[in-house]
Amino acid sequence: MKNKMKLFLAALALTVLVAPLAAPLAVWAQEGMPPMTEMAPPEAMTDEMVMVEEAPAEDALSPGDTAWMLTATALVLLMTIPGLALFYAGMVRSKNVLSVMMQCFAITSLVSVLWAVAGYSIAFGGEGTFWGGLSKAFLAGVGVDTLSGTIPETVFITFQMTFAIITPALIVGAFAERMKFSSMLLFMTLWLLLVYSPICHWVWGGGWLGGKGVLDFAGGTVVHINAGIAGLAAALVLGRRKGYPETPMPPHNLGYTLVGASMLWVGWFGFNAGSELAADGTAGMAMAVTQIATASAALAWMFAEWIFHGKPSVLGIASGAVAGLVAITPASGTAGPMGSIVIGAAAGFGCYLAATKIKRALGYDDSLDAFGVHAVGGAIGAILTGVFCAPGLGGAGFADGVESIGTQVGIQFIGVGATVVYTGVVTLVLLKVIDMIMGLRVTPEQETEGLDITLHNERGYNL
Amino acid sequence: MKKIEAIIKPFKLEDVREALGQAGASGMTVTEVKGYGRQKGHKEMYRGTEYTADFVSKVRVMVVVDDELEDRVVDALVAAARTGNIGDGKIFVSDVAKAVRIRTGETGRDAL
Repeated sequence: MKNKMKLFLAALALTVLVAPLAAPLAVWAQEGMPPMTEMAPPEAMTDEMVMVEEAPAEDALSPGDTAWMLTATALVLLMTIPGLALFYAGMVRSKNVLSVMMQCFAITSLVSVLWAVAGYSIAFGGEGTFWGGLSKAFLAGVGVDTLSGTIPETVFITFQMTFAIITPALIVGAFAERMKFSSMLLFMTLWLLLVYSPICHWVWGGGWLGGKGVLDFAGGTVVHINAGIAGLAAALVLGRRKGYPETPMPPHNLGYTLVGASMLWVGWFGFNAGSELAADGTAGMAMAVTQIATASAALAWMFAEWIFHGKPSVLGIASGAVAGLVAITPASGTAGPMGSIVIGAAAGFGCYLAATKIKRALGYDDSLDAFGVHAVGGAIGAILTGVFCAPGLGGAGFADGVESIGTQVGIQFIGVGATVVYTGVVTLVLLKVIDMIMGLRVTPEQETEGLDITLHNERGYNL
Repeated sequence: MKKIEAIIKPFKLEDVREALGQAGASGMTVTEVKGYGRQKGHKEMYRGTEYTADFVSKVRVMVVVDDELEDRVVDALVAAARTGNIGDGKIFVSDVAKAVRIRTGETGRDAL
């Protein structure tokens, strides 16, 4: 593991040195791109970077849009509590079932407050290239009647909050069963403010990636690649679980996992269709492609397992579904139904390989495949977004000023690369610093006994 | 008095219970156990990682009976628990030094 760490560090350090050159390089690569259009004021910012339509002179509150967005917000929150909580809890050993649920619930609580205090402002509070600023810290200026487009800004804030909640919660999958709860809270606080909110700003809040034409409708980069890479960093810094990989650590309750995956699937309609911020045709198409891609991916993983290992499994079909959900996320505003079948199948098969063969070949202990499913699935989806947005392939169209699949895919790569590098570097630094201050990992004795009893003084099952 | 312990396949428990009742055993204690003999474990697969589960789930049935009933009970047990496949289990018979009924304090065969 030490050598891999060195390699990882070296690669990231090199990319950091190259990063400042990226700005002029990126401009040079944008042949034919018109100068960056004036960003609409934050109140009118939408997630959809496909068609930057001029906002109507006066935006009135739309009850239909608002009703849908209120619902979508609830759906996305359900994805974390209890969707993700159950999905992960079922996959760990019974002695750690509560610790995973606690992490998800605590992150939900922590991020909700942090988002209101500072996160929202950093992401959506201004028009800086890299940073939204603190002008909306403590939600200054936001009142009952303040609008963001056709919905109340409060609804937009809370909707985005649920995204800010689930992204760090996804990282739990990488360090499950061995991280100190206190260190995790500190890590998540810093990660939200220094990694999630800035990247959110870059893509959706008026920052440089959105300006370049990166198509990321609902968060392939902002949420999934982000969390997946952070997860990989965490898995590498914390190290393998005691006894991994020789000791069997099978999931203790796959029923939970399937129930959790089902909640993720249903809740994802809020995630993708809600990212339109309106109740309209694009939202409808987003819902349709989400469903179809997910189903396609579930089948792909299931059949892959059936063919290569002899039997289709519950864990496999559930994982496949999640992989599909991840991959369709960036494409949900632009891909058409037939394109979504391909995206789903690619993610189902690709993530199957990443979570099984590649993981075991490289030897890192990403306990619940945060990297294998979210980073890999997110990257597959982000790149294919550039392909299937093409009108000739049933898509809704390229970003403003882009005219070919090649150009769009190139831009998608920039989005993916920037996220990977920034998240990787900053997450690594945060982890190392916290490790030095207070340690990241529980003691071997605590790990053997189980986190539920040692960190929380509770038993998951008193049968 | 004899203690008769049988390790059997879990799905055979109902048949064994009925047979023991007919053979004269007035009660029994059942525990869930794991074990293996000639029956090897089985393979499980989770996200591409294969585990060999060495231990197979079994049920242990314990009855304590009068010496005279020993043969009848053992035969009934064997007949009820047998499937003919590997993993049917084993029966162990041992002597019991003392038995007491807690409610009344009776000892010996009156306690059974």
